[in-house]
Amino acid sequence: MAGSDDGRVTVDDIVAWMLRFDERIAAEAGRLTALDSAIGDADHGTNIARGTGAVRKRLADDPPDDAGALLKSSGMAIVSTVGGASGSLYGTLFLEMARSVGPTPELDTAELADAFRAGVAGVVARGRAEPGDKTMVDALQPAADALSAAAAGGRPIVESLREAAAAAALGRDATIPLVARKGRASYLGERGADHLDPGATSAAILVQALADARSERVG
Amino acid sequence: MKKLIDAPSEVLAGALQGVAAAHPELAVDFAGRVVARATPKPGKVALISGGGSGHEPLHSGFVGPGMLDAACAGEVFTSPTPDQMLAAAQAVSTGAGALFIVKNYTGDVLNFEMAAELAEAEGIAVKTVLVADDVAVEDSTWTAGRRGVGTTVFVEKIAGGAAEEGADLDAVHAVATRVAANGRSMGVALTSATLPSVGTPSFDLPDDEIEMGVGIHGEPGRTRAPLVPASEIAETLVSAILADHDFTGAPVIAMLSGLGGTPLIELYLMYGAVASLLEQRGVTVARVLVGDYITSLDMAGCSLTLLRADDEMLRLWDAPVSTAALRWGV
Repeated sequence: MAGSDDGRVTVDDIVAWMLRFDERIAAEAGRLTALDSAIGDADHGTNIARGTGAVRKRLADDPPDDAGALLKSSGMAIVSTVGGASGSLYGTLFLEMARSVGPTPELDTAELADAFRAGVAGVVARGRAEPGDKTMVDALQPAADALSAAAAGGRPIVESLREAAAAAALGRDATIPLVARKGRASYLGERGADHLDPGATSAAILVQALADARSERVG
Repeated sequence: MKKLIDAPSEVLAGALQGVAAAHPELAVDFAGRVVARATPKPGKVALISGGGSGHEPLHSGFVGPGMLDAACAGEVFTSPTPDQMLAAAQAVSTGAGALFIVKNYTGDVLNFEMAAELAEAEGIAVKTVLVADDVAVEDSTWTAGRRGVGTTVFVEKIAGGAAEEGADLDAVHAVATRVAANGRSMGVALTSATLPSVGTPSFDLPDDEIEMGVGIHGEPGRTRAPLVPASEIAETLVSAILADHDFTGAPVIAMLSGLGGTPLIELYLMYGAVASLLEQRGVTVARVLVGDYITSLDMAGCSLTLLRADDEMLRLWDAPVSTAALRWGV
């Protein structure tokens, strides 16, 4: 819990976020795929892991020196390796965040909240999914709202990110009773209720990874 | 899992090697996973499709004169990516624009949409036709909509014929859209498929049950039913399709496709039952395909697709085609 609270998210923090995301996805890939085989097509874990692994490799080979370039490079790595709806949607999240932050070495809480909100808006626009459709938006939108509210309230950054992660987890769990209206799970109708949504699950991992990466930063 | 593979993660790469070895007339981009005609025809509208792998011969088996110019292969049951589609468009478009033929799955739609934006930014005019023909799914704003299945083969062949004759992008798009609007399909699974990367069947289907209305990725259909004789399955498929669209009073193109794990003798048996039902109900079948055309890995079962054609569609269907999986008139 060293969690330095200078109120900034640096390029190094974003790199740490991406690496933590890859680590968690690699660890959870089997579970994500199992969730997907219940209501989708049994490839979510495998696909996302391929994308986060590609991000890790790209950051090692060619580390960008500003936040916008880093997010753009990560987004393109995901778009070009994952495929499926999730590749396009996670890619859009990072590409829209990149567009929002621009070539800057670091962000404050409000800038990060704005960027994340822009990313989530991009996902909503691309996927045409609303909260309640049993998709990744059900975890991402509450996280974006919580982060914005915390930033507007002048809360410290680590606390803000933990609130966002908690909101994402609640949103993820709230997908269990829902009947999917988008994506492959929508073909199941009522048969898809009583299942956790794999997209919302990986999205909650993404937000938790950011909170963890930033809170563990030393110095 | 018992499969002819080296390693689960190398299945697609290995299959592309085989396509290149067997078909020197095709250009295979192994890194980009694009199968294309080696020599694009100048001034012709480029036809580009693609999708998850595991449905072969769709789409790479339909690349060649008279049909597709390029096919982008995704991972098994996963849509390809926008950079693949952009590379395909750049490789085969010769200034007359490109038609993207997209099956209605969220991943395919979103990735082709991003690719169309990228291609337009590179100065390539793109139009898209969406195939959504699976009557097992209710068309609803509350779902991802109908899945795209067998009609895709008809769109690729007929739009391919139009493009080969020199029709412009608007005209090729118009006939492709007309085919998509007039095709309907439904499938039935006797077994699940097993993804090489997973190693176990995607869904449980007891020995004495069938999934009526299954999707090509093993998506559930209308009902899980007891296994009944082929003639009764044929009756269900034909009735569902005829209830959804009028197929009388026009020439019909029919396709009875295997899903990958069913022998041809059973497919012909099924088609015999289908043909007599269609005749009883006043449907005139003008052209027929029976065989594996749109599959689902090793799934046992079949799908039936009917297209309400017209004279132009029939003429373009009969036009010469020279691909790995369809070849006539050449």
